[in-house]
Amino acid sequence: MGRKLLLEHINVPGINTFQVYKEKGGYRAVEKALKTMSSDDVVEEVKKSGLRGRGGAGFPTGMKWSFLAKPEGVPRYLVCNADESEPGTFKDRYLMTHIPHALIEGMIVGSYALGANTSYIYVRGEMMPQIRILEKAIAEAKAAGYLGKNILGSGYDLEIYVQPGGGAYICGEETALLESLEGKRGNPRIKPPFPAIAGLYGCPTVVNNVESIAATVPIVNEGGEEYAKIGIGRSTGTKLISASGNINKPGVYEIELGLSVEDFIYSDEYCGGIANGKRLKAVVAGGSSVPILPANLILNLANGDKRLMSYESLSEGGFATGTMLGSGGFVVLDEDQCIVRNTWNFSRFYHHESCGQCSPCREGTGWMEKVLHRLEYGHGKMSDIDLLVDVSKKIEGNTICPLGDAAAWPVASAIRHFRDEFEWHVKEPKLALERNYGLAHYADPIKIAEEV
Amino acid sequence: MSDKIKVTIDGIPVEVEPRTSILNAARQIGGDIVPPAMCYYSKLEGSGGKCRTCLVKVSKGSEKDPRPMPKLVASCRTTVMDGMEVQNITSPEVIEARKGVVEMLLINHPLDCPICDQAGECHLQDLSYEHGAATTRYEFDRRTFDRVDIGDKIQLHMNRCILCYRCVFTADQITNNRVHGVLGRGDHAEISTYIEKAIDNDFSGNVIDVCPVGALTDKTFRFKNRVWFTKPVEAHRDCPTCSGKVTLWYKGEEVLRVTARKDVYGEVEDFICNTCRFDKKSTNDWVIEGPRQVSRQSVINANHYDTLQPLPVIKKNPELMQANKEQFERATKF
Ligand SMILES: Cc1cc2nc3c(=O)[nH]c(=O)nc-3n(C[C@H](O)[C@H](O)[C@H](O)COP(=O)(O)O)c2cc1C
Ligand code: SF4
Ligand code: SF4
Ligand code: FES
Repeated sequence: MGRKLLLEHINVPGINTFQVYKEKGGYRAVEKALKTMSSDDVVEEVKKSGLRGRGGAGFPTGMKWSFLAKPEGVPRYLVCNADESEPGTFKDRYLMTHIPHALIEGMIVGSYALGANTSYIYVRGEMMPQIRILEKAIAEAKAAGYLGKNILGSGYDLEIYVQPGGGAYICGEETALLESLEGKRGNPRIKPPFPAIAGLYGCPTVVNNVESIAATVPIVNEGGEEYAKIGIGRSTGTKLISASGNINKPGVYEIELGLSVEDFIYSDEYCGGIANGKRLKAVVAGGSSVPILPANLILNLANGDKRLMSYESLSEGGFATGTMLGSGGFVVLDEDQCIVRNTWNFSRFYHHESCGQCSPCREGTGWMEKVLHRLEYGHGKMSDIDLLVDVSKKIEGNTICPLGDAAAWPVASAIRHFRDEFEWHVKEPKLALERNYGLAHYADPIKIAEEV
Repeated sequence: MSDKIKVTIDGIPVEVEPRTSILNAARQIGGDIVPPAMCYYSKLEGSGGKCRTCLVKVSKGSEKDPRPMPKLVASCRTTVMDGMEVQNITSPEVIEARKGVVEMLLINHPLDCPICDQAGECHLQDLSYEHGAATTRYEFDRRTFDRVDIGDKIQLHMNRCILCYRCVFTADQITNNRVHGVLGRGDHAEISTYIEKAIDNDFSGNVIDVCPVGALTDKTFRFKNRVWFTKPVEAHRDCPTCSGKVTLWYKGEEVLRVTARKDVYGEVEDFICNTCRFDKKSTNDWVIEGPRQVSRQSVINANHYDTLQPLPVIKKNPELMQANKEQFERATKF
């Protein structure tokens, strides 16, 4: 059994209430931080822990905190990014629904470390039940003296507010989130300046994912070094993975980073293997934005070693043979799934969610969607495949925010690894409407390049 | 001077004030190495960064940190650093990316230049001429919108809009209650005045001047003439609301339209008021300063009626005349 730091008490009845959470050792981190540590000590522990952002980019959280500008007389903010809308990712919602106090406790610890006296949790608009749950949790914590003025007699004041978003994926991008929080249209800002210098209302701001913030609780409790002992290499600690698709046991799992992908998919502790006795065809390992990999490359690296669930191992091989851990949205596709359809579906999402500020993303996402739609419905041409690659290249790297890249990668990678299947859609348009391409050679052992 | 910053753009060194953008540094050098800018507008705070036509490659970050920047950057929103080296037209990567951006800007553009009032002074036209492909790879219906009147003097032709946000920033700057903005998202986003409410402001007409394409046009000029048949003349008047410095566009004795004075980058010198723009269309209203200098390459210089030797027109072409005659006979036989 892997260690559980966030979901240890997930099955305890009433863990969503303050009382049970506290009985199970909750709010120790607040007591420890506020009573025995300076805010710099807390930042130092988080740095030592090696915790990396769980929202997608994997930027070291402690480093992000230490970059926060601290000019005199200007308020600073901690903003929690609970906009979770990446297709395939649903871990933050799970955490907020079942253990809301883990987030509230993390918010108090984080705000204290950053010297913020007002903090916000920006929740995706569709998650109304979670918004109510968080508001109740905040009220409970406040009644118990963990929020408000002079918390635990330490002289530290903090208010936390929950802000519902309007339900736009783009408002999960940190600067779009800040715009939206300020009451404006959620267009990503042009950086620099970065939020650490000028974020919410022009003040220094840290934006962190729900899971990153919650993870600071065990870090403060057990110390950064202890936390760093879990995991592998620069991928420390535990990570919540949202597992979905054709597996026996979909759900949210907490894993120790460094678990092998094979164990994650096939062991009974986690996904429990592919459903209905089918064979694995492909995996989108980190939410819809990351490159899709065929079965052989997701289970093994190009050199034949086992691929692990860690930031480094998943991205091993770059774009040629690797992918990314992203936000941990693990979507498994079995032999009956159509890659073309799946790619079209993703690109439809990005087309719908592009904010429309920059020309390549605004126009290119729609273009790719239309071409993919045509391919999927049997009207495609051979030249469409290269056209898609070319359009994705024109978007990638040329936009204001990473949504452009996120829209380009799934298309480019699907064609890179599943070109046969795209070609089959062009050559056999009638057949492609009736049945799927199947597993083909996508699970064949990889040819290992000779050592030179 | 020591507090100036030295940058090199396409191998040409220039010294500029700190905090200058790469684009403005390039404009200080001038010429071919200036990146095209479809959304940045120096007079509009916050503008730029959106269209991505001004992308350049920073091959050396600065003297202190010589690492190149990992991605192409928007030159209009990237500030120069001491010792920075930038590649614009000398970088194939930049040219390729710019071609891509231009293609993107055109896939949903109606390409109705023959009936568009902006033709001849349209930045998208210039850009496509320089960087565009001759054919389109886009085989789908272009998005369409209905034309909308913004008040009685301005028409919005959303089909042509490239969402540069310049008009939005203009409206933001001239009023303090927001009535003009962007609705919708992605490629279905559109410029709108909420519930088609007119921007009721003395300076609203400036959105026409800032619009790089023919999306916002002057209804008092619509379809009156092609810009290259008109003659720009600088003039001023004593205006209580604005500087009163304008360009009058003449056809014969008649003032067809009034605009602010634009520089080589299409940016106005001063915003002008609606009275000057829409209501003063008689020579008597103005003190004439002299003809406006228009760049010699500009199409506006191409077809002036005062050309001494009129260009040979089709009438002189015997083959064409013969063909026309045959066509005429065939058509009138029945
Ligand atoms: C289009 C887009 C959508 C994003 N959506 C989310 C999101 O829903 N939740 C999230 O935590 N981060 C999201 N991010 C990442 C954030 O911009 C940011 O990197 C993150 O909140 C930082 O937190 P972390 O350092 O704790 O990971 C998104 C980024 C982009 C470009
Ligand atoms: S990349 Fe797309 S989503 Fe991001 S700012 Fe540009 S248009 Fe908006
Ligand atoms: S209407 Fe013109 S100025 Fe306004 S966003 Fe569109 S192209 Fe730009
Ligand atoms: S002018 Fe720089 S991005 Fe448009």
